[in-house]
Order: sequence, then structure tokens, then C-alpha cells
Amino acid sequence: MADTTTHVLEHLAECGPIDSLTLAVKLGTDHQRIVGAVKSLQSLGNVITAEQRSSKQWELTKEGEEVVEKGSHEALVYYNVPEEGISQKELMQTIPNAKVGFSKAMSAGWLMVDKTAEGGPKIRRKVDKIHDDVQECLLKFKNMNIDDIIESQKQDFKKRKLLQEVTVKSYWLEKGPQFSLTVEKQETDLTPEMIATGSWKEKKFKPYNFDALGVPLECGHLHPLMKVKTEVRQIFLEMGFTEMATNNYVESSFWNFDTLFVPQKHPARDMQDTFYLSDPVHANEFPLEYLERVETVHSVGGYGSQGYNYEWKFEETKKNVMRTHTTAVSARMLYRLAQQKKFIPVKYFSIDKVFRNENLDATHLAEFHQVEGVVADYGLTLGNLMGLFKEFFNKLGIRNLRFKPTYNPYTEPSMEIFSYHEGLKKWVEVGNSGMFRPEMLLPMGLPKDVAVLAWGLSLERPTMIKYGIDNIRELVGHKVNLKWFIVTLYAD
Amino acid sequence: MISKEQGEEKSEGASEDIIYRIEIPANRYDLLCLEGLARALLIFQGKMKIPHYKAVTPASRHTQKILVKPATAQVRPYVVGAVLRDITFTRDNYKSFIDLQDKLHQNLCRRRALVAIGTHDLDTLTGPFTYDAQVPKEIRFKPLNEMKEYTAEELMELYSTDSHLKPYLQIIKDKPVYPVIYDQNRVVLSMPPIINGDHSKITLETKNVLIECTAVDLYKAKVVLDTLVCMFSQYCKEPFTVERVEVTQANGRKSVYPELIYQQAVVSVSEINKSLGIDESSASVVELLNKMSIHSTIVEGKKGGQTSKISVAVPPTRHDIIHPCDIMEDVAIAYGYNNIKMSIPHTVTIAEQCPLNKLTDQLRVELSQSGFTEALTFTLCSKEDISDKLRRTNGTSEAVHIANPKTIEFQVARTTLMSGLLKTLQANKKMPLPLKLFEISDVVLKDNTRDVGARNERRLCAVNYNKSPGFEIIHGLLDRIMQLLEISYGKEKEGYFIRTAEDPAFFPGRCADVVVRGKAIGKLGVLHPEVVTAFDLSLPCAVLEINIQPFL
Repeated sequence: MADTTTHVLEHLAECGPIDSLTLAVKLGTDHQRIVGAVKSLQSLGNVITAEQRSSKQWELTKEGEEVVEKGSHEALVYYNVPEEGISQKELMQTIPNAKVGFSKAMSAGWLMVDKTAEGGPKIRRKVDKIHDDVQECLLKFKNMNIDDIIESQKQDFKKRKLLQEVTVKSYWLEKGPQFSLTVEKQETDLTPEMIATGSWKEKKFKPYNFDALGVPLECGHLHPLMKVKTEVRQIFLEMGFTEMATNNYVESSFWNFDTLFVPQKHPARDMQDTFYLSDPVHANEFPLEYLERVETVHSVGGYGSQGYNYEWKFEETKKNVMRTHTTAVSARMLYRLAQQKKFIPVKYFSIDKVFRNENLDATHLAEFHQVEGVVADYGLTLGNLMGLFKEFFNKLGIRNLRFKPTYNPYTEPSMEIFSYHEGLKKWVEVGNSGMFRPEMLLPMGLPKDVAVLAWGLSLERPTMIKYGIDNIRELVGHKVNLKWFIVTLYAD
Repeated sequence: MISKEQGEEKSEGASEDIIYRIEIPANRYDLLCLEGLARALLIFQGKMKIPHYKAVTPASRHTQKILVKPATAQVRPYVVGAVLRDITFTRDNYKSFIDLQDKLHQNLCRRRALVAIGTHDLDTLTGPFTYDAQVPKEIRFKPLNEMKEYTAEELMELYSTDSHLKPYLQIIKDKPVYPVIYDQNRVVLSMPPIINGDHSKITLETKNVLIECTAVDLYKAKVVLDTLVCMFSQYCKEPFTVERVEVTQANGRKSVYPELIYQQAVVSVSEINKSLGIDESSASVVELLNKMSIHSTIVEGKKGGQTSKISVAVPPTRHDIIHPCDIMEDVAIAYGYNNIKMSIPHTVTIAEQCPLNKLTDQLRVELSQSGFTEALTFTLCSKEDISDKLRRTNGTSEAVHIANPKTIEFQVARTTLMSGLLKTLQANKKMPLPLKLFEISDVVLKDNTRDVGARNERRLCAVNYNKSPGFEIIHGLLDRIMQLLEISYGKEKEGYFIRTAEDPAFFPGRCADVVVRGKAIGKLGVLHPEVVTAFDLSLPCAVLEINIQPFL
């Protein structure tokens, strides 16, 4: 390659501008080698200028090459006809292109058919000597003496598929502003040796291509939903909330429903909505005095309530379920709080999995993460609850809140929280909330004046809205596309 | 429309009118029909006075009576009834009447399991009525909209292909006797909770309607009856007035229905103000409650004073009100949630992280920094995911089992994180190698020392999937984790090491226990080729799974 480079430079110095194709012929080398040399010269800066051109050119086909080598088909046929003649059938088997050659030889008047010969018609030579013009012509071609050949002949050869017209890309080469006959080889990159010996000072380095992208890094990623979880967890901690231990997915109906004043015939307790356990089918330990108070408040009321007026069954409260909300844990925590001698105000939160026996679709899975916040103190108001939301959701980047009445069995008043979504151009529900009912709190033994504010939301929903995902399976579970993790950012 | 039934505005292109979508809370049965909704809105706007719902008893000989037979105790023991006298049906209110029954059947009546409603043209019948329960083949009548008579047995067969009625059949199907109501002439009114008789069906021309509600829950039957008659007595000659029906129990005890009881309660204005964070006078609270159709008056205390009390009469349409806090909510709704001033609670607390979650989060970040990507897989899975596919034949023995899974994907709670990660690999086979995944999450194990018989265990699991198993990579990860947890390598008491172990999920000789402070806390190794193929994977895979709770 270096040689070719030198030859190109020398030729440019001596003979001036030239087309790379012509140069290849002159130097007797392959055109591709010239192109390689030109490219490497270009990378050195302005040593030469090379302007790309394309031209049409005639070129021998494979068949044409054969003709140059062996002679035209008609000539070959002629030579294959012996003195005494040959039958047409035999002649046809002598060479591959005999049929074409025969008709050409006939029309050139080189052969004749002797119909009177013994044993059927025979082909005989009509002339003693022939001149193979076709071969001669194509040979000129090969040697680039194109001008000698007339246009009609070219077209004839093209028709015979001996010649073809091709587009050739070449360079018009001229000396560049920094033309020099001696070019130093450029280094691709800095090496430890260069640093050690100081040779980098003398070397020239190939320029980098700053338009290309870097190499993709091999690195680990956190799950996008878990990133949002971390963010929400951080917000709760900033607001002074203590994290509840929620690592108990199996819960008794007692803690999951009954303590929360959810009547035993409530639709949420249907087999269609809740996963019940067949093993272990029952819970076997309950705080019995409390359980009795729960039974009473459900069936006949108390604490200022009429209750639900139905026959409360122990059989039902024993049943184990996969917890349907983390509020079951809040109930345990509040009960524990009530057992202390002196009530101490608390702020609790949790973010963990809950389970619903739902029909699955693009937005519903059988398990999702519930975010829950609970505040218990004397003299809390509904205005406090809304004030908390404002702060909490502001930190999540959700402003512009509105509240709508709703119904939850264990909160009164209850409110759904909506936020106006600029992207979706509508109000979307971001959470559900309320003040826990006295029927839930008083049987636990909490002081009468203590109010408990609570709110909950799913972690998945705001995450889906944030990342613009419409199918929850793209976010959670084993069917996620890991590629997507790489491009997701941290939550705001 | 600032009321409980406030809906989102939604204008639909085709119409000039604004269409409101109104969401009815699940406990507001009084708003399920147009009559109740319109009434609540008119009262809220002050355009209508709060009606007083009244039950009247006609002269004894005119009172409709229902006798309950003892056999009903075996299947559906309660019945209540009422008569809507001189009602005028139009096409619209007739349809609404039927619709409301359907809606009540669906929710409050729990798909007719708790309560079933039957409505009849009283003029086609002759009282007194008998509520009995009989052996199915002895019940015979022409059911609603059928051409001929069937026995109860035949009806169950007939309706087993009826998509509308089929779901209700199982309520009584296996009972020895089926409930049935007859009139004096043995005309069948209905076979609750399945179907009414054709004979007494109501039409647009019906003037007098007998309503019967049979139930397994008397309280709910009364609520259903109150709701129906309060809504539709509007169309009676004497509006909001209902005629009582007398029910005689098998033991001879007599009761009359509907009860239409107004619950009286006294609520404190200051408590309401305090709970909501508002400051309204007694008069204002009274006005707010009246807007919500709850008739109320100031009973004591200075006007607007802090000791003021309000007496309220909760109408029989509002059985959802069972505690003063429900009245407080209605004040809040009438006031408008969005008008309540927001404030920050005064509660001061010091936050604390759950130690297990704190450790988990620290490790998650470290693992991702070690080049592993976090997966988040499902807790519920199929039995084979944790047993056969892992070659652990006994794999489900320590798992908790779901009684009512809708698909095999939810048969058990996982006892290992491995299968979830292997399934994640399977779904991401096209990603460039190596694939390195981790998850720190809970598995669920049976544990009879716990009140519910099960506990969670926080596990850390990591997999390396490549052309070679990369045991050394997973091993290196273990070393890194131990370094972070400040546990040094060594076989002494406080250290960690790995020792050869056997587990059917791993390739023989390529599996080790992770021993920390003398206790095995998990395993690492190269997966058994049969496990690899069971998860539809094709390359070697090294896995680490440990319990991280001992590090707390």
C-alpha cells in the first residue's frame, strides 16, 4: 500500500492531475489499490485533493473474456469443421456455443451445407482461411484501445453479451495545498510506549471521527419502577414518616378485612377479587379480646355506630388471604400503638406488594405495589389530610389537585384525589384517601379523640403515566424488555 | 353541580348539550335511579322540599298479609313486603323501576344471594299470601314470559342455559326445598331468587304493586324494600306514601313493613368543624345538611356557639349513615371538599427506615454498580415453576397454595427468586451477552410459628447467563456482597465460606452452600442443563440465591 501511495504522489508530481482509472492502467495496478491509497492520503489532511466521479464504461463480459482468450464462437465452429465435413448434429456437440457460432459462420459465408453428401447433409468449409474480427476487436477493448471500435460494433457485441456497459466510480486526483512526496505514517492512538519514550512528540495522529457514537457500555441498571419506589420512599422520609415493615404477604381475613370494618359479605371479599389460601387455609392466633370487640361492632354496633346488623362469623375471619392492601399492616400497627400505655402520635408509610384476583388486562395485574401513608394524632382534620397530599404530590411533581367524594368501607369522610394531566388532557385519579372510621379505631383501643388520616395509591399507575406506558406488562414481571431500562431516567 | 354526585364534565362532539358522567358511590343505593338522583339534586339546589316518606296501615281487612311457613328456614327464612297504591306508570318510569331492581339485585342483594325482589300486579292476586318452601318437583307454575307451566326441577334445567338467570341457580340448587310464594288461590307469585310467576307480572297498566323481598339477611331486605318504595312512591296518588304489609312468622310473631324509620341523632357542630378543619355556624351546618336531604334543626346552645348541637333525622333512603361521622362527611360534601382550606398537620415525628428495606436498597444499588440489572418478577407463579422446572420434586411442600387461582400462573407463592429471573432471561434472549440479572425481593414460606402460618423471607438472587457458566462471576459477586456487609472470608465463627452441596436444580459438583457465621443462608452454582432447557434457555447459567435477613 505504501508503495502505491508513493507511486500516486510521484505521478501527480510529474504528470499533474489524472483520473484514478487512467492512473491504474498507467501504473499497471488494480484500481482498488489506487482507491485505497487515495483514501489513506485523504486521511492525512490536504496532501491531495480527490474528487469523486462516476463514468460509464464498456467492459468485457465473462463470455467476452473467453472470446479474447480462445477466439469467437464462429471461428471455433469453423475450426471444428474437418476437411471432409461433419454432420450438423455432431458439430453442435463440439463446443459450448456452437449454435451461435454456426449461424454467425454461415452468415459470414465461412461454411456451407452440402446436401448431396453421402449419408445425409454435411457441413463443409466454404473458404480456406478466415480472419477472426470479433476476437481482434475484443482484444483491443481489453487493451483499452476503445476509440478504434465503431459504435455499431459495440452495440452488436452488447447484444451478443460479449460487452457490457458499467458505471465506474473513480477519483479525479490533483495535488493538494499541502502536497508532499514524503508522507509519514499516522498513528491511530497513543500507546504506553510512546508515553514512556516520549516518541508521541514526533508522531502524527490520525484524527478522530467525532460524528460517530461511542461504544455502548456494559453496565447494570435499576428497575424503573423500583427507581420510582426509591423516590417515593425518599419523599416520605423527608416528610418525617416512619417506614412500616410490610414483609408479610399472607394475611388473615381478620386483619385484612374485619379490623378495617369491611363487612363479611362485602364484594371485595369475594373469591373473584381476593386470593384465598388453601394451605395454610386458616390463621390460628388472634388477639381474642380485640376480636370480640370487632365482632360486636360489625354485628350490633357500638362506639356510636349502628354496626352492619348481620351475623359475624369466626369461620370467615380465620380465612387466610394474600393481602389485598397494605392497610392490613396499618391496622396491625395501629392496634399495636393502641396497646401502649400512653398514646404517641405517629406518621407511618409503606410501599409494598398487594394481591388481587383480578381479570388481567393492560392496566391490571394480579399483584401491584401499594403506596400508603398514615398519620395518627389528636385533633387532625380533613383539611390536614388535603394539606398533606398537596405537599406529598408536589414533591412527586404533581400539582393542581382536586378532591372528589367516594366510598370506602373503612374511611369517613373518604376522598379520591385527582390531578390534571397536561399530556393526557384530563383529570386522572392519583390516589384514594380518608379518615379511618371510629368503628375501626375505637375497638383497637385508641383514644376517642385520636383521628387517623390515611391515603393510598398504586406505584405502577403514576410510573406508567410518567413513562407513557399503556401496557403494565412492559413495566412489571418477567416479560419486560430489559433494553428499555437503559433509556429510562430517574424520577423527577 | 357541587354535590356528592359530581361528575367529570365530558362534552361529546355530536351533541350541543353537556353530558355529565355521574359516578355513584357504592353505598348510595338512593342515587341508583333517575328518580333518586334528580330528587337529591333538586333538594341540593333548593328547588324541592325534602319529602317525608310515610308508611300507612289500611283498615285491617284491607291489609295485605304474608304468612311464613317453617320450611323456609331451611333455605331463605325472611320475607318483607309493601304495596304501592294507585301508582301511575309511564314507559320511562316503568323502565326505571325495573332497572333499579336489577341494580339492587347486583350490589346490595349480592347477586340475589342475600335478597331477591319480586314485584306483582296486586289486582291479579288475592291475599293473604303464603311464603313457603317446597320440594322442587312439587312446585309447578308458569314462569314470567313463558308459554307453559314447569315444575321447579324443570325450570332449573330450562334456565341452566339462560345467560341472565344461570348465575342465580346455584343459590338454591342444592337445597332440599325451594322458596315459593302463593296467593290464597295457590297462584305462584314467585320462586325466589330465580323467577316470578307470569300470572302477576306488572305492566304499564298496573295500578297497585305488591313488592316482596325474600332474604337470608333481614336487615338488608328491609334496606332494599325501603329504597324501592322511597324511590317509586313518588308516582303514587299520594306521593311518598306507602301501604304496609303484615308478615306473620312461623312462630306467630307479627311485623309490618316497610319500616321507613327516621334515625334520630344529635351531632355536635364544634366536632364537625374540628374534624373537617372548617368554621361554620350551626345555622350554616343545618343548611348544608338540609341540602343533602338530611332534615336537621338546631337543638341547643347559642346560635353559632361552640356548644351548639344539631338534631338530625336520617331518612330511610340513607341506610349508609350508621355513625355521626357519616353525617360529618355529608357536611363536608355539601361544603365542597375543594373549598376546605388545606393545612399541614401539627404532628411532629422523627422518621425511621425499616431496617430490612434499608439494607435491601443499599444492596440493590451495589449490585447494579457491579454490572447486574434489576428485575422485578411476580410473587405468584405456577407449581411447576418452583418444582418440576427446577428439578425440585418436593418444591411445593413449603409453599403457600392459592385456593382460587384463575390461571395456573397463580397457583402458589414463590419459594425462590430463581424461576422469575430465568423467565426474565427467556423473555430477553435477544439481548447481547452476557445477561446479568438480580432481584432482591420476598419469597413466602410456610411457618407454623406465625399467626397466619406463613412468613416472608427477603432473598437476594443473581444470575449470569453467557456462553460459559461464569461461576467465578457469581462467586465474585458473593465475595463483593460479603465485603460490603463486612463479613470476611474464613471458616471461623464470624466469617463466610462456601462448601460443596447438592441440589437437584444445579449441575452435580457445581453447587455450593453459602455459609455465614456457621449457618447456610443459600446456594450458588451452575444450573443443571435440564433446568436451563426447562426454562427454554440454551446457554449455561450460574446462579446465587441467599437469604439476607441474617445480616440485619
